Amino acid sequence: MPNPLPPSIDATQELLASADYVADRSLATALYLSLTMQRPLFLEGEAGVGKTEIAKVVSQSLGRELIRLQCYEGLDIAQAAYEWNYSRQMIEIRLAEAAGEKSKEKLGADIYSERFLVRRPLARALEGKPGAAPVLLIDELDRTDEPFEAYLLEVLSDWQITIPEIGTLAAKEPPIVVITSNRTREIHDAVKRRCFYYWVDYPDAARELEILRRKAPKAAGALSREVVAFVQRLRKADLFKLPGVAETIDWANCLVALDKIALDPETVNNTLGVLLKYRDDIERVSGEEATRLVAESKAAAAA
Amino acid sequence: MIPALDTAGAQGRLAENVMHFARLLRAAGMRIGPDRVLDCVRALEIAGAERREDWYWTMSAVLLSREEQRPIFDQAFRIFWRDPNLTERMMQMLLPQTYGRAPKPEEQQSQRLTDALFSKSREEREDKIELDARLTFSSSEVLQRMDFDTMSSAELAEAKRMIAELRLPLPEIRTRRFEREPAGRRIDLRASLRESLREGGDVIPLVRAAPGRLHPPLVILCDISGSMNPYSRMFLHFMHAITNDRDRVSVFVFGTRLTNITRQLRHRDVDVAMAKVADAIRDWSGGTRIGACLREFNFKWARRVLGQNACVLLVSDGLDREAGEGLGEEMERLAKSCRYVVWMNPLLRYDKFEARPAGVRAMLPHVDLFLPVHNLKSLVELARVLDRPMLRKSEEIRAWR
Repeated sequence: MPNPLPPSIDATQELLASADYVADRSLATALYLSLTMQRPLFLEGEAGVGKTEIAKVVSQSLGRELIRLQCYEGLDIAQAAYEWNYSRQMIEIRLAEAAGEKSKEKLGADIYSERFLVRRPLARALEGKPGAAPVLLIDELDRTDEPFEAYLLEVLSDWQITIPEIGTLAAKEPPIVVITSNRTREIHDAVKRRCFYYWVDYPDAARELEILRRKAPKAAGALSREVVAFVQRLRKADLFKLPGVAETIDWANCLVALDKIALDPETVNNTLGVLLKYRDDIERVSGEEATRLVAESKAAAAA
Repeated sequence: MIPALDTAGAQGRLAENVMHFARLLRAAGMRIGPDRVLDCVRALEIAGAERREDWYWTMSAVLLSREEQRPIFDQAFRIFWRDPNLTERMMQMLLPQTYGRAPKPEEQQSQRLTDALFSKSREEREDKIELDARLTFSSSEVLQRMDFDTMSSAELAEAKRMIAELRLPLPEIRTRRFEREPAGRRIDLRASLRESLREGGDVIPLVRAAPGRLHPPLVILCDISGSMNPYSRMFLHFMHAITNDRDRVSVFVFGTRLTNITRQLRHRDVDVAMAKVADAIRDWSGGTRIGACLREFNFKWARRVLGQNACVLLVSDGLDREAGEGLGEEMERLAKSCRYVVWMNPLLRYDKFEARPAGVRAMLPHVDLFLPVHNLKSLVELARVLDRPMLRKSEEIRAWR
């Protein structure tokens, strides 16, 4: 059942919290604006900070359908927007032939009617009914190429898709659009201009603890505090890839699976691969550095 | 919290203030069009402005388009919305603590804001502001502005002429996007059906498609240290020509620090572009810390510009002040995160040049192609060399090791 949009920033924050997404006020503000002003929300940030999760949470808590378009190199209109059903079109041509149809114009009009249109994510997102627009998640836009970005411009600003054969598909109710990017490439200003920008940062200790409480409920309170303190310290170190929130949650779950109720240097060394994904980073941290960080985190968690 | 900005009563004031704020940001180098100003006014009305925090995040969502702009935005916001009377508050920003706290990479950005505000208040507080503006420069490095006047006019004309003709035919790579191609292996059904309707649908001529080809993104890392001085200017013109010739080019220069000059070079007019570059570069003709600069590139930029099979063009003489310390690892990381690394070295014109210096020794094993470039002629020849199909670790490199 589709729910109405939240009427204020506070309501938006509660909405996110109700679906177990711990957001700070800045994110609630950006989301509220994008919902109210019907603009796409452009989320940028490092991998594993919960960008994609925002779209999922919005669709879940508002009771809307989630339409996901995963971007990749070479993504084209046929996979992103629409395609014609060629086999049915060919049968139609043969049937017309058998019936002795000779008019090229009529045949053309028959072949290119909406019956034969296969709708892909972008086209489906424009089909929302008033008050029940779907959530369109355009995930990792940086993975596709510039021509696709340019194609998106029409969809994102006018909420329509032009199909040369039949005209335009326009949305009665604009979808709720969430675009995410990992910044492996700069997205063109023309796309960003049409969106509200939000940089998803690593959470602070208090917020990360709250996230762990909701996402890894089996971890003991003391363990969670130590885990958060450790990860927060790790993010200050000079590493190639800092651990994201997803890694923190994985690590906490992993420690629970190992029946740990507190951090110890040996376990940390053995499970460091859950947090750090580069060999250089692991080498830098494991051993003495890990021991030092564990001691510090224990002290900080106890305080 | 936000005095004299009562949204219900003084509608005109709000729009006006937002406009002035946007103008200030624009003057500080952010690209904000009138459409965003309109959006911003609407957004502020919708969000309501009981809390300063909401006010800030609303404006940030509408006006920012990349995270790097936040330091400028923050400072401008702090100054402007503290009190709408801009000119009086101008002095606030020149207080030393505003800059004292800023970490190093942001110094340059703060400087831009200083410039933007400074130019407006020139009549009022000229002497005092000038003094403070100077203090915001970093004193740790010898800062030299490059000087284009020293290039003789004949030299410059010749350079421009040759560079205008210069094209860099780096090999094209296959994309996953299909294009029409008579001998292609895939059949484009949509185009086939359209063709068939033209004939009345009796026959269906097959339209074929094959993967398209295009230039990979190009990333240029150019050394502008003292030892490169005779060549740097020429390379800047060269880089300007490439940047404007094709898209997906990023240009960085380094000496003791790394500077991204892609946006500056995008300007069509070469003189304007060079003036902007001169403003951006703070370590012209100083020392070299190749290792540290490559590390900065790897950590801060590699993941953002080396996507989609990028090709790296490294322009350097390989003479490193830190004797190649840490250089090997960083070169390895660079080589592993891009399609290929081409090293253009001006020292190669000396026949006796051997891979002696520690920096050169550390870098060579990770380079796919090693080329001489000491004058414009060799740059033009470079085009010919690069036209060959490229393989990683080609035979020529082995000869140098």
